[in-house]
Amino acid sequence: MDMQSPDQSPDTSSREIPFFATRRKVYPRRVKGPIRRIKWAVLAVCLAVYYLAPWLRWDRGIGRPDQAFLIDMPARRAYFLGLEIWPQEVYYIAGLLILGAVGLFCVTSLFGRLWCGFTCPQTVWTDLFMWAERLIEGDRMARVRLDQQSWSSEKLAKKAAKHAVWLVIAALTGGAWIMYFNDAPTVTWQVATLQASTTVYFFFGLFTATTYLLAGWAREQVCTYMCPWPRFQSAMVDEDTLTVTYRGWRGEPRGRHHKGESWEGRGDCVDCHACVAVCPTGIDIRDGLQLECIGCGLCIDACNEIMDNLQRPRQLIAFDTAANRIAQERGSSVRLRLIRPRTLIYSVVLIALTGAMLATLLTRTTAGIAVLADRSPLFVRLSDGSISNNFTIKLQNKAAMPRTFELVVQGLPGATIQIEEDERPFMDADLGVPLKVKGDSIGTFHAHLHVRQTTGAEAPFVFEARAQEDGETVRYRATFRGPAQ
Amino acid sequence: MPTKGEKDAVTGRETTGHEWDGIRELNTPLPRWWLYVFYASIAFAVGYGVLYPSVPWLHGHFAGLLGYTNRNAVAEEMAAVAQRQAPIIERIRTSDLTAIRSDPQLFAFAVAGGKAAFADNCVPCHRAGGAGAPGFPTLAADRWLWGGTLETIHQTISHGVRNDDPDSHQSAMPRFGLDGMLTAAQISDVADYVRSLSGHAGPAGAIERGAKIFAENCALCHGETGKGNRDVGAPDLTAKISLYGSDRATVVDVITRARAGSMPSWSRRLDPVTIKMLTMYVHSLGGGE
Repeated sequence: MDMQSPDQSPDTSSREIPFFATRRKVYPRRVKGPIRRIKWAVLAVCLAVYYLAPWLRWDRGIGRPDQAFLIDMPARRAYFLGLEIWPQEVYYIAGLLILGAVGLFCVTSLFGRLWCGFTCPQTVWTDLFMWAERLIEGDRMARVRLDQQSWSSEKLAKKAAKHAVWLVIAALTGGAWIMYFNDAPTVTWQVATLQASTTVYFFFGLFTATTYLLAGWAREQVCTYMCPWPRFQSAMVDEDTLTVTYRGWRGEPRGRHHKGESWEGRGDCVDCHACVAVCPTGIDIRDGLQLECIGCGLCIDACNEIMDNLQRPRQLIAFDTAANRIAQERGSSVRLRLIRPRTLIYSVVLIALTGAMLATLLTRTTAGIAVLADRSPLFVRLSDGSISNNFTIKLQNKAAMPRTFELVVQGLPGATIQIEEDERPFMDADLGVPLKVKGDSIGTFHAHLHVRQTTGAEAPFVFEARAQEDGETVRYRATFRGPAQ
Repeated sequence: MPTKGEKDAVTGRETTGHEWDGIRELNTPLPRWWLYVFYASIAFAVGYGVLYPSVPWLHGHFAGLLGYTNRNAVAEEMAAVAQRQAPIIERIRTSDLTAIRSDPQLFAFAVAGGKAAFADNCVPCHRAGGAGAPGFPTLAADRWLWGGTLETIHQTISHGVRNDDPDSHQSAMPRFGLDGMLTAAQISDVADYVRSLSGHAGPAGAIERGAKIFAENCALCHGETGKGNRDVGAPDLTAKISLYGSDRATVVDVITRARAGSMPSWSRRLDPVTIKMLTMYVHSLGGGE
């Protein structure tokens, strides 16, 4: 696949390429156009969701958190609107992450780096920081001049103002982060009145610092050097993927163009470097698709503006596929192929995963049981010759109301049971011991199980707990142990 | 010292000025960031050395200005834990055993604390979980020598068995064989009878003879039906578990030489709260009455 412009391929044989390159500071120029407008809109939506989501309220009843999105670490609960996740169900989060990854693969193979260019937090916050920078220090040339001139009170004032604004944005970002882990109004008041815990201040400081450093200082270096995603997403990109494409067949040979000159025998690219000047990662898209390109498309807006001024056709740089570019070089064109083996596979995986997640979510129970057999001793012989096994039983009641579970032993004929937390003496194990569990909590019970007849070294049986209130039933396969025969 | 500005002709880099047999060493300084981290480490080491225990002397060491030791840190943490637990410990101290048993919070705390104390003090003889061993009763089973209620368990742990604590359980089984109280043949018969009480087979004639000997010699403590007597720690011989073993040789040996196990008086070693917690734990193992 030819991704390099024919005339721009660097000759690597004669030149020694060092392993380390010092960073050239990037001064992206302001740009106007439809893609820039979409980027602003996406930025506004993403930031609004991030900053406002913790303030959404959701009534869960008295004594329960009323925050719509809350990860309550000390109480080991995560709340997402009407959904309450216990630590035992952390696989939902694993499922969400896998879903996110496959979704990203699918979108990338179809439309290139949409995530990187528009929605990635690094892009969104860098954009926001650049906007603040431009308001204070001016556009590209003004910033270059400011950095080159010696220190003056004006330069100091501008730099100080910029970093102050950056720090405020960073602090708001770090501040919003901790709200997802605490009740938002409470923690805001606590932080403001210096009453919050050290943990809260630590994470507040951590996310303030990372936002400031990553969006203010590191910027495109995060994408180029730190992020693993650009490194392996070439595995998802093929010749039918939409990428930011410079149509070299139309642009070359490039060169300066004076008014009134003919366009015959030359390309449309006037080598104005507008595409380079607006690029947030400081690359030249005319060198072809490259690792550093985050696919934001700002160069498309910049080039279209120039083409309009020159009264040449737009889309010298465009979202296009490599296949179409090569075809156009030969005078034909290919249509965008959305349905390809890899997009089909990604879609099938995506649908299957979503289905599986939905199925488990819809059939989710509000009760759970876990049984731990005492291991020292595994069993005890009693004075009448019967065998005793001890079990620790944990009954999870995920419902808000307290419930009483009838605990029944199935598959051990003649067994008797006593629960250490219950006053009743030994009773037939198949009758059902009622065990009360408070709402939204786990009840722990210690059971003594006696079996008269010989069971051998291992006898499988089942603990069944059935809620009296709504009949919800959970089972646990356990093993009764005795002396080997 | 390097000659200022002396450059290597091939690489164009400065040299250190060192030369061996015409080979000159290039000057490759440490990366700046590395050097600064190194200096910062030195500054940190000085501060650390002044504040924390550092320099060894012939006897002892420099203790550091902060007076920090790991031992103190642990002691502080232990004190903090003790302070946190103080209210509930106080409630256990002032509550009687049945009150602790019927309060879910106190009971759960006492069982957890008793489990830890049991592992520290009791496991060498009674084994983990009170599983027991020959000569050391199984505490998770329902046969008790001195009683399995909260009160009797508490009494036994507090004062022990056959030790010099005046309140300890005292009793002794006669050495029927060694002291010539019974002949070998009689012991053999009574052993068959005793084993038959817990369902073991034996020659009918011997069992019949043994029953008479038992009634005359053993029933006083072990009861006419062999059910035992907890006042004197005489085991229930009808139970299908035994303290020393139920094979014939062991039973004959016990009757001949007698056995008298002992247990320390734990009130001399442990505080009352710990003994209460141990009582709750032992009672909860499955044999509590």
